[in-house]
Amino acid sequence: MKNPIGNLNKIFDSRIRLGVMSILMVNEEVSFNDLKQMMEVTDGNLASHLVNLEENGFIKVHKGFIGRKTNTTYSITKAGEKAFREHIEALENMIKGVR
Amino acid sequence: MDSQHQPLETLQDIKRIMERSSRFISLSGWSGVSAGICALIGAWVAHSRLGSFIVYQTARTHKGVYNEYNAYTSTELFTDLIVIAVVTFIAAFVSAFFFTYIRSRRNGVPLWDRTVQRLTWNTILPMAVGGIMLLRALQMGYYELVAPGCLIFYGLALVNASKYTLGEVRYLGYGQIFLGILNLWIINEGLYFWAAGFGVLHILYGAVMWWKYER
Repeated sequence: MKNPIGNLNKIFDSRIRLGVMSILMVNEEVSFNDLKQMMEVTDGNLASHLVNLEENGFIKVHKGFIGRKTNTTYSITKAGEKAFREHIEALENMIKGVR
Repeated sequence: MDSQHQPLETLQDIKRIMERSSRFISLSGWSGVSAGICALIGAWVAHSRLGSFIVYQTARTHKGVYNEYNAYTSTELFTDLIVIAVVTFIAAFVSAFFFTYIRSRRNGVPLWDRTVQRLTWNTILPMAVGGIMLLRALQMGYYELVAPGCLIFYGLALVNASKYTLGEVRYLGYGQIFLGILNLWIINEGLYFWAAGFGVLHILYGAVMWWKYER
């Protein structure tokens, strides 16, 4: 029998990365501060997870300004969407397998 | 740890985060009820104003009863109705805001985040466009169109807003649109339709929402 855990994406093991992906799936563009507020994490923690997701090509970073303040927003990439959907599917299959 | 339930919990987590990040869920059922009560009071006051206008109009046609000093002119009626509408709107808005504020405090959700901003903009836009059109209708003397117009544009605003808050708002919107369209053909009963839509439907919706989510 195929191991159902094989389809799970290691990158989404972290709750924070999973959360960021969930938020970006349903929102076109989300700023760093909004992500921080919704995930309830510290700056440094969130930043390192975002860098990880970006390096994997799952999210896109847009650096911008509101006046003089930096305003960095994030959005999901096609690859990120695909990886996330596969991860959810794997989770669903695991649940079905248990029942 | 029960590893069998972990994926299920993760999926529920994902769903919850998606909901919370894209919809404003602290809209209180009491807001609907209070807005509905305000609308009913407003409609009742407007009804009595209209009543006294008709009394004076009738008196005017029967010589002797008519008294210049206590005559109630159509301009006065018009101003009164506008004032009633504005006061009703403000009262409904403030009371609705109050209950939602309390609920979001209790849930520990900020009241002015991205989801609320989106909700506000998507509600205000159709309502503002409708408002401009109705102002023009008033200017041109199409008074009969005001009540159905209010209902239709408000209904459209609600259907639009339902994407950014509790999905059930959509059905409230459909109800308003239905009443508005019906009113277009039963044109002289505007006040009753207005009271049914803004009053009764709001109270019904608010009560159902309260029953479903806040009890």
